[in-house]
Amino acid sequence: MTDTSLTPLTGPQGPKPRKSFSRRNIFLYGTLITITLFYALPLYVMFVTSLKGMPEIRLGNIFSPPLEVTFQPWVKAWSQACTGLTCNGLSTGFWNSVQITIPSVILSIIIASVNGYALSNWKFKGADAFFTILIFGAFIPYQVMLYPIVIMLREIGLYGSLGGLVLVHTVFGMPILTLLFRNYFTSLPEELFKAARVDGAGFWAIYTKIMVPMSLPIFTVAVILQVTGIWNDFLFGVVYTSPDNYPMTVSLNNIVNSTQGVKEYNVNMAATILTGLVPLSIYFVSGRLFVRGIAAGAVKG
Amino acid sequence: MSSTRPNQLFRNKSSKIAAIPMIVTALFVFVGGTIWTVVYSFTKSGLLPRLQWVGLDQYERLWATRKWLVAIENLAIYGLCMLVLVFVIGFILAALIDQKIRFEDTIRTVILYPYALSFVVTGLVWQWILNPEFGVQNVVRGWGWKSFTFDPLYNADIAIYGVLIAGIWQGSGLVMVLMLAGLRGIDQDVWKASRVDGIPTWKAYIFIIIPMMRPVFVTTLVIVVTGIVKIYDLIVAQTGGGPGISTEVPAKYVYDMMFQANNLGQGFAASTMMLVTVALIVIPWTILEFGGSKHRD
Repeated sequence: MTDTSLTPLTGPQGPKPRKSFSRRNIFLYGTLITITLFYALPLYVMFVTSLKGMPEIRLGNIFSPPLEVTFQPWVKAWSQACTGLTCNGLSTGFWNSVQITIPSVILSIIIASVNGYALSNWKFKGADAFFTILIFGAFIPYQVMLYPIVIMLREIGLYGSLGGLVLVHTVFGMPILTLLFRNYFTSLPEELFKAARVDGAGFWAIYTKIMVPMSLPIFTVAVILQVTGIWNDFLFGVVYTSPDNYPMTVSLNNIVNSTQGVKEYNVNMAATILTGLVPLSIYFVSGRLFVRGIAAGAVKG
Repeated sequence: MSSTRPNQLFRNKSSKIAAIPMIVTALFVFVGGTIWTVVYSFTKSGLLPRLQWVGLDQYERLWATRKWLVAIENLAIYGLCMLVLVFVIGFILAALIDQKIRFEDTIRTVILYPYALSFVVTGLVWQWILNPEFGVQNVVRGWGWKSFTFDPLYNADIAIYGVLIAGIWQGSGLVMVLMLAGLRGIDQDVWKASRVDGIPTWKAYIFIIIPMMRPVFVTTLVIVVTGIVKIYDLIVAQTGGGPGISTEVPAKYVYDMMFQANNLGQGFAASTMMLVTVALIVIPWTILEFGGSKHRD
């Protein structure tokens, strides 16, 4: 990504720094380092706990690094940890989440981008009214729509299935994604669109041959936004899928908060990291694009 | 939307076809679903939705239920503390990071990463750190302070503050990023002018910069508040609403009523109350931000 418009936070500004070891700098960096450590601590605790054996956890302190590193908890969390009756670990939930996330991301982005394109370049009468309702919909607490959607999914026979959940994610991803794409397409030079029209290109030709190739950065932002959002979802997963189809977050919660058996904190923490791994890797790899995705949610439409 | 010419409906046909998913979502799911829930909140629905009118009975029962009152109280405590702390912490962090510091990227990355995590993950990590037997309490006692007590998740009186710690840890990075973007959007001349006038930095922040950042503050406020009202997964993962019912929240009440207690009417009434809460915030904001002038983009 070399698009310079993707770096809204670059170029440190503010007052110029004075001498390196002034009292101000000691205070400033001292505060920042302390705070940064506080934020980093839980991730560290997760890792060290997941690498210890249970005897060491019972004796030691949660902040100390493992004396003897073991990967057994990770293996167990992945393939043997129990949720109530079944003991298949997190792997089932992981694959369910993969099967939910990939189609949801693709479907929601295709629909929202075409939508945003229609709203910015092919506006028809009443389009803005629907768009306004859509944006307001983003503020309605999900709880209000939970049950009507249960009924709708039951009517079309998708309640409890992965397909139903994909549909739900597509619907709830629509407001923010449509806003994102509409704003981006509106910012593109109109001459491009007009020139293509003069050359005889229609709605779909302009979309696939001009708009999409020109908008790869915004598609990347949308993918990041959706993958993390859908992967981290808990509420829709628990409401709209049956236990066999539970996404990873729901299985994780069931494993850790299961009341049966002895608590294995190391396995629990390994499971927790495993669930956080997908959004974390996306976050650390994508960096500024992730920030841009967040900012997109904040930009008023 | 009245069409005068017969071909009006088919003009711009592809665009209309492309907008069908949006129209269906907006009308059927968002508007339709909301109206449906509000209507059924006045009925005697139990295991299944039934159109048997009972007027305001569900609401009267709702406000007489202890679990709901606790949920509302918790939401108020959590919401207020979260709002104040997240803004104070987020703004101070942004202001510190804005001082042309070294390692800005690293610091920002570390402060924001919790926001990328699921609430379930956040809840479980903090459940572990706040575990009195192994976590912070145990560590401090190991240092020799034997009577040290820090067990928010096991003490019904303060359990909601245990959740608050996790919520702040996850949410303050977002506010920091938005505030930082706002600070970077302030013209450098403003700073120069305030320095020429000899205004101390802290005063400049409070009396000049923050008022200039009003739009950023308002948008962040709306995002944070709508997030607070929706809080659900964090509670389920970290405390399960316990100990007892001490960390119940409205969203969890709705779920429990609809899908566990087979008391749909209560769930509808409770979710309608949540809708009203959000409307009380979003509608004035919309009027303030978008009323009057009709500019776009």
